[in-house]
Amino acid sequence: MTDRSLPVDVAFWILAAASVVSAWRVFRADSMVRAAYWLLASFVGVGMILVLLSAEFLGLVLLLMMAGEMTIMAVFMVMFMMNPAGLNPMTMVHQHRMAVTAGVGAFLGLAAVGLLAEFPIRPVTASEPTAELGVELLGDSMVVFQTAGVALLATMIGAVAIASRRGRFGDAQEGSEPPGGEQ
Amino acid sequence: MTLEALLVVAAALFGIGVYGALSQQTFVMIMMGLELMINGAILAAVSLWSIAAGGPPKGSLLVVVIMTVMAVEAAIGFALIVGIYRIRKADMTEKVKRLRG
Repeated sequence: MTDRSLPVDVAFWILAAASVVSAWRVFRADSMVRAAYWLLASFVGVGMILVLLSAEFLGLVLLLMMAGEMTIMAVFMVMFMMNPAGLNPMTMVHQHRMAVTAGVGAFLGLAAVGLLAEFPIRPVTASEPTAELGVELLGDSMVVFQTAGVALLATMIGAVAIASRRGRFGDAQEGSEPPGGEQ
Repeated sequence: MTLEALLVVAAALFGIGVYGALSQQTFVMIMMGLELMINGAILAAVSLWSIAAGGPPKGSLLVVVIMTVMAVEAAIGFALIVGIYRIRKADMTEKVKRLRG
């Protein structure tokens, strides 16, 4: 990052605070639909920070992906979950103390690495990083790009196979519990 | 906007994700925790790419791979949620203590 002007710093701190606060709100929202949109807000903050870091392409792809994914997630909430509207307070947690300890521990460990490790300072030199990334994706590193594409194709097939009502050897629901049968 | 500040923000996102993935009972909320962890990983990777590594185009490929992982995780996760809901009518981890078929 060559541009260290004040507006960039101010924008960074606002976006960083917004993304961390909305990440926290994800697990404090009473409605899971709201939780999905808080998560989207957190991703929007990070995507804008990526744009500030001169990774415009990656930041905007992140925004695009997460906007679609969080909308699907919100639909899933309404389809499957009780209390999607958030009319009642919702706290559904288990092993809370251990989870808090693990989260704080992960934060402290990673923050210590970020603060204590000596990283070189080499700002972005390219004048057009997006154009360079495009040439790289369709040039020397095309295998990586292709592998990602094939992995996504395999994921689509796998997701359909897992969620399908009818399997290769008959009804996928054979042997399943009737509604409310599993205690 | 220093590298240290960026990495601390990424660590905070990752820590909140760890907390969510371990503490939530609903499958979809666990997936949100996983997504938050990947969010922190993306932020850390791009920060190092942009400030410490000189912005080589090959470095961005790591983030492209991470985003692919995120899409795969979401798609397979939703498929598993649909499958287990169809078979067990379960939407929470406590309802699938018995994993046998």
